[in-house]
Amino acid sequence: MNAHLTRRHFILTATSAAGGLMIGIGAAPAIAEAATVVAQPWNEDNAYAANEIDAWIAIDPDDSILIRYPRSEMGQGSMTALPMIVTEELHCDWSKVRVEYASANRNVRKNNLYSPMRSAGSRTVRGTQKKMQQVGASGRERLIAAAAARWNVPASECTAALSVVTHGPSGQTLRYGELAADAAKIKLAAEPAIKTPDQFTFIGKPMPRIDVARKIDGSAKFGIDAQLPDMVFAAINACPVAGGKLKNVDESVLAGAPGVLQVVRLDNAVAVVAAGSYWRAKQALARLQPEWDVGAAGSVDSDQLSQAFHAALSEPMVTARNDGDVDQAMSGTAKTFEAVYETPYLSHSPMEPMNATVHLQPDRLDVWVGTQAADEATEAAAKAAGLEPEQVYLHNCFVGGGFGRRDASDEIIQAIAIAKVVQKPVKLVWTREEDTRQDKFRPHAVVGFKAVAGSDGLPAAWSMRVVTSSIIASTGGKPPAKGPEPQAVAGLADNGYNVPNTRVEALIKNTHLPVWYWRAPGQNQHVFALESFLDEIASASGLDPYQVRRKLLEGKPDWLKVLDTAADKGDWGKPLPRGTARGIAICKDDDSLCAQVAEVTVRPSGEVKVNRVTIALDTRYMVNPLTIAEQAEGSVIFGLTAALYGKIAIKGGVPVQGNFDTYRMVRLAEAPKIDVHLVPSGGKVWGGAGEAALPPIAGAVANAIFAATGKRIRTLPIIDNDLSYSAV
Amino acid sequence: MITLTVNGTQHDIDLEPDTPLLWALRDAVGLTGTKFGCGIAQCGACTVHINGRAMRSCSVPIGTLAGASIVTIEGLSPDAQHPVQQAWLAEDVPQCGYCQSGQIMATVSFLKQYPNPTDAEIDAGITNICRCGTYERLRRAIHRAADLMKA
Repeated sequence: MNAHLTRRHFILTATSAAGGLMIGIGAAPAIAEAATVVAQPWNEDNAYAANEIDAWIAIDPDDSILIRYPRSEMGQGSMTALPMIVTEELHCDWSKVRVEYASANRNVRKNNLYSPMRSAGSRTVRGTQKKMQQVGASGRERLIAAAAARWNVPASECTAALSVVTHGPSGQTLRYGELAADAAKIKLAAEPAIKTPDQFTFIGKPMPRIDVARKIDGSAKFGIDAQLPDMVFAAINACPVAGGKLKNVDESVLAGAPGVLQVVRLDNAVAVVAAGSYWRAKQALARLQPEWDVGAAGSVDSDQLSQAFHAALSEPMVTARNDGDVDQAMSGTAKTFEAVYETPYLSHSPMEPMNATVHLQPDRLDVWVGTQAADEATEAAAKAAGLEPEQVYLHNCFVGGGFGRRDASDEIIQAIAIAKVVQKPVKLVWTREEDTRQDKFRPHAVVGFKAVAGSDGLPAAWSMRVVTSSIIASTGGKPPAKGPEPQAVAGLADNGYNVPNTRVEALIKNTHLPVWYWRAPGQNQHVFALESFLDEIASASGLDPYQVRRKLLEGKPDWLKVLDTAADKGDWGKPLPRGTARGIAICKDDDSLCAQVAEVTVRPSGEVKVNRVTIALDTRYMVNPLTIAEQAEGSVIFGLTAALYGKIAIKGGVPVQGNFDTYRMVRLAEAPKIDVHLVPSGGKVWGGAGEAALPPIAGAVANAIFAATGKRIRTLPIIDNDLSYSAV
Repeated sequence: MITLTVNGTQHDIDLEPDTPLLWALRDAVGLTGTKFGCGIAQCGACTVHINGRAMRSCSVPIGTLAGASIVTIEGLSPDAQHPVQQAWLAEDVPQCGYCQSGQIMATVSFLKQYPNPTDAEIDAGITNICRCGTYERLRRAIHRAADLMKA
């Protein structure tokens, strides 16, 4: 069994068109050459080990090149971008590049050589860019050195291009496949210098993603697709009130239920294990009526939480930013603006419900899962299984949507607990309802604003006070010694506006509900609040919302570039029919800048349709503009779902929404036309691409709704607001 | 025992007749390209063709499928050369990819009915959820697939 599992692997062979030329032209691309994705976990008898030149790169005799990808692929395209960075330096033939997940087990055994393996915070590309360049450059120089030694010539006379080393003076050539074994033995005296961005020739080209071919024929393997001999299926129901415990469950109702093997009681959950199909486990679970010990949290409702958060606005807070003297600037000024904005809990709701498949043996644990953090999940799994991390083989799979949810390992820990009882390979899958209600949510937050405007109508002083919950506390991490945790004030404390008197404060108020990183944490709710509040001031001052932002961003050319681009390409100021209007918003997120113009139609009935969104995005640098544009488009839809419909309400301590019939998603018919304009400004820091285009959309849409109807939205979701108006 | 014909091959399924086709495909037949997303026919990740028509397999009991011809994403084409798959590749549609089997199966069926679809017809006809928000490219790919199928 061990040997079987050791060699068991998902072949995630993917095919890529050879170059960026396939994008945007009329014909369908021919699948001419294959860049493949394999996911064969490393181990000592790995077939590729023989052809490795190091832990990152293996080159086969036929010149196909295997590059290990150390992080997670959840749709963000980094599994294409990181190998592109290696390719830039390795001077290899992209059409012969294959990619596999780096082994989390090898990482443990070899001093964390792939860590951090976490894909989060839009950091996968910018957090590995220099390292990936170094990996590629080192490989190239060793291949050149191997060729030079073979020819007995100085390495300086040799060059490498497209997987071939050429000796200039003699014109001799050797293929990488012929040099790999020698290159593996070469130690460079010093690591070669890596290219500066102006020297890039491959980075920056729009390249089709290497994983797409396997995502159009059903062959891409997600965690939920794991299949093992003798595998059984588990469905689980954790206490619907977070923090509650399982008191009792009567399993006699399942007598004779087809395929049911066992009812497993966990501290806070009950699971049913069945043979043959997951459906059997799910159906049987639905028949159980577990009794829970829910404690005081069992009487918590949304209204009560909302009132408590609003009331807390007047309590003392922790200061995150304090420029000038807000109190003095506000004293005695007649024109004061005040508003309170509120954003609800949200679940992540990736399309692939949470799941994990485990095979627990006395001295070894195999886990199949799609995780955003394979190294941390390995540690968590080892702890749960009572094994050493070296004994854990975590086979990371394609992630069917992460958005911040898939780095907590709670599903893995549950699966291990079940496997301990059933003593068989077990696949645990959450129902959609479980996935929604057992989420670790985007926090509920309330922001209280106060501002005064100068004679020019622009804000001269403003105060922003936040009441929210601590993500760090939910993760078990340590809060910062000074100031509020960054997510509590993200999008506010880091706003780009030149307002001489600015104060940002926060108060942490935790509830029984765990809160977590949710795509663009902090920004995803606070940017809506700030951009809407600024719009209130602009409107009251009779100023154009775009021009107000221009004035407040004076002297910041990168901010102005995205703002102007969005306004220009989004037709700001051009006439529209009654009921249709544009709104604008801007933010900084993960060192990137993004501005958006949304064109929205509101019918007299109050029905909202977002017609068109224009995005200007500055990620500073770009590895793959195609996937950056895709991330921007997707971020807008993700943010639009939250803005229009997103709300997890709480009743009796329980999240009310469960499935997509009550937790509504934007679908094709509601999806606006989206234009993306990429305007990288360079500089010292690379920006992230996976989140920055999310925060502005809610504000841009809400501001457009105000322009169309005169109705200001201060509470999300938009659908909960009455936007009807008289058509005459 | 229920006999299902999936992608032209007969499979004897030892599951209860009320078992949704989705779970028979994934757990008994072993074809995992058809995905579980919601279980209540809301999201469409489980879309397959039953007698040529797109159906949400999470809500079709296998007891109703004797003699039916079932086609999954794995059986759509032998080599991923179906025009809809080619259009998806050309437009680089998938992100996480989890919903895309269902999106493709829904589109194949839709284009049989609407070979020259307008945007409005696409809006009404393709209702599957994509959480990554690939709709911009998905819409383009549907038009491209329609063109490819005419060529």
